[in-house]
Amino acid sequence: MLARVDDRHQRTIHISIDGRAVEVRAGDTVATALLAADIAACRISAVSETPRGPYCLMGVCFECLVTVDGVGNRQGCLIEVREGMAIETQSRRREAGR
Amino acid sequence: MSRLASLPETWDVLIIGAGPAGMAAATVTASAGLSTLVVDEGPGPGGQIWRAIMTTPVMSRPILGSDYWAGAPAVRTFYESGATYLPSTQVWSLDADGVAGLSADGVARYVTAKRVVIATGAMERPFPVPGWTLPGVLTVGAAQGLLKTSGHYPSGRLVIAGTGPLVWLYAAQLLAAGGRISALLDTTDPGARLAATRSFPAFAASPYLAKGLTLMAKVRARVRVLRKVTALAIDGHDRATSVRFRRGAGSEEQIPADTVLLHQGVVPQVNLAMAAGVPHRWDDRQLCFVPELAPFGQTAVERIAIAGDGAGISGWEAAVERGRLAGIGAARALGISHDSLPSPDAPIRRLRTLARPRAFLDVFYRPAVAFRRPAPETIVCRCEEVTAGEVERAVEIGALGPAQLKSYTRCGMGPCQGRMCGLTVTELMAAKRGVSPAEIGYFRLRAPVKPITLAEIASLPVDGTIVKAVVRS
Repeated sequence: MLARVDDRHQRTIHISIDGRAVEVRAGDTVATALLAADIAACRISAVSETPRGPYCLMGVCFECLVTVDGVGNRQGCLIEVREGMAIETQSRRREAGR
Repeated sequence: MSRLASLPETWDVLIIGAGPAGMAAATVTASAGLSTLVVDEGPGPGGQIWRAIMTTPVMSRPILGSDYWAGAPAVRTFYESGATYLPSTQVWSLDADGVAGLSADGVARYVTAKRVVIATGAMERPFPVPGWTLPGVLTVGAAQGLLKTSGHYPSGRLVIAGTGPLVWLYAAQLLAAGGRISALLDTTDPGARLAATRSFPAFAASPYLAKGLTLMAKVRARVRVLRKVTALAIDGHDRATSVRFRRGAGSEEQIPADTVLLHQGVVPQVNLAMAAGVPHRWDDRQLCFVPELAPFGQTAVERIAIAGDGAGISGWEAAVERGRLAGIGAARALGISHDSLPSPDAPIRRLRTLARPRAFLDVFYRPAVAFRRPAPETIVCRCEEVTAGEVERAVEIGALGPAQLKSYTRCGMGPCQGRMCGLTVTELMAAKRGVSPAEIGYFRLRAPVKPITLAEIASLPVDGTIVKAVVRS
């Protein structure tokens, strides 16, 4: 649940989150895109398999790990969205090789 | 195509981090004609304080304030300095010979530098409370980064909990941006207030007092501020829905929340420097590990210097000056004559002035023991889900320090590599064993300090010695 100050008009970019088409703004990070789409949880934890979501947004906590264009465990807060990017949450057991 | 592939192999100076310190250091060394490479994991320059300074959609200047906009000229000077700048690039290893492992866009490679300045800055101090792992719980720094980067702010019921200048700064920025705060739970320790009295005169003589009081007054006028919060827990099933807390010795209270923001100060990011072998010491005032440094930021590792908040928390203005000094130190070490470099006198004087009010801030905003050494059921290591009780139990059955704790519990061995639990672990183990945090020490950190894929490792150039190390002749 995010609101937005938007003094400078940003370009719109089209990505997908878990196969769903989402419009985001240029300059947003993957983690921001998730939060803006009201996806608070982007993965399950390794031990108890409980939901986790972005926490520090500065590359430190590794909570916002998601699959970006097929590569798993990317830090969503450090990657800017790109046109056509496919983001997948890691909310089920990981598959080998991803 | 990654810019990494075409990058020269050797550099005079490698600077890690493009925040205030890194940019200032690079400006000095590049202007002196030294080949200077600046790498930063973020997509743009500015570090956390000036995050997204060149791209922020928040153009109304009063929202983010003058300290933020001070970053724009610093970035322009940095851009004009002639330094090579690589954003979105990770440094996953660094050794004493100045060899750094970089990765970007799925490609990895090594570069070698005659001098390295680590300017990786600060991170927020761990704030382990029950429920801090729930989605919808973020740090105040995270929310501030969100505002700077994309103009976003939480729109539901928002509770901010914690202590430190950033709590008030962000609250004021959020209100100016049009946001609302249900409650601000102030965990500032009343005992610390008393202890800070002695250092108050130096603080009162600085511009920070008026600045701080103005921010607080702005926030108090519009937000319910609940003081002397002594216990905190976040409840929710799949995400945060409410916050439970106590004021003083009072009974438990509860308020609903869609988003909870936590903060209790900032501490140096130590992973890269420690993994490179730089000796650190426990700082009893700032309650964290800081590198042992000479006046120009030099460390015991000859090629490596450290500047900015990674050298000990002192704020962005000091980070700029320490960056300049590290740049001057590196250039001098590489034989650039003193005459063709800026004089270190002004930065040294300015650092002395900036240091004076710091003692008050350190003591006044020293987080309470209850929030540094949490109750047994609280998760301490978020990655491996190890609780404070499990850390203490490990001590009972013989773990002497963080290294043994790893093999007993896996604490600190997840993706964040101890960043989110390291200080909590040190303080918990110290208290349990009845020794000082200095004696306990920190996790033994090693490369890779950032995750690297097998494909990236496979993309590294192969030389004969590596092959010889694994192939029997």
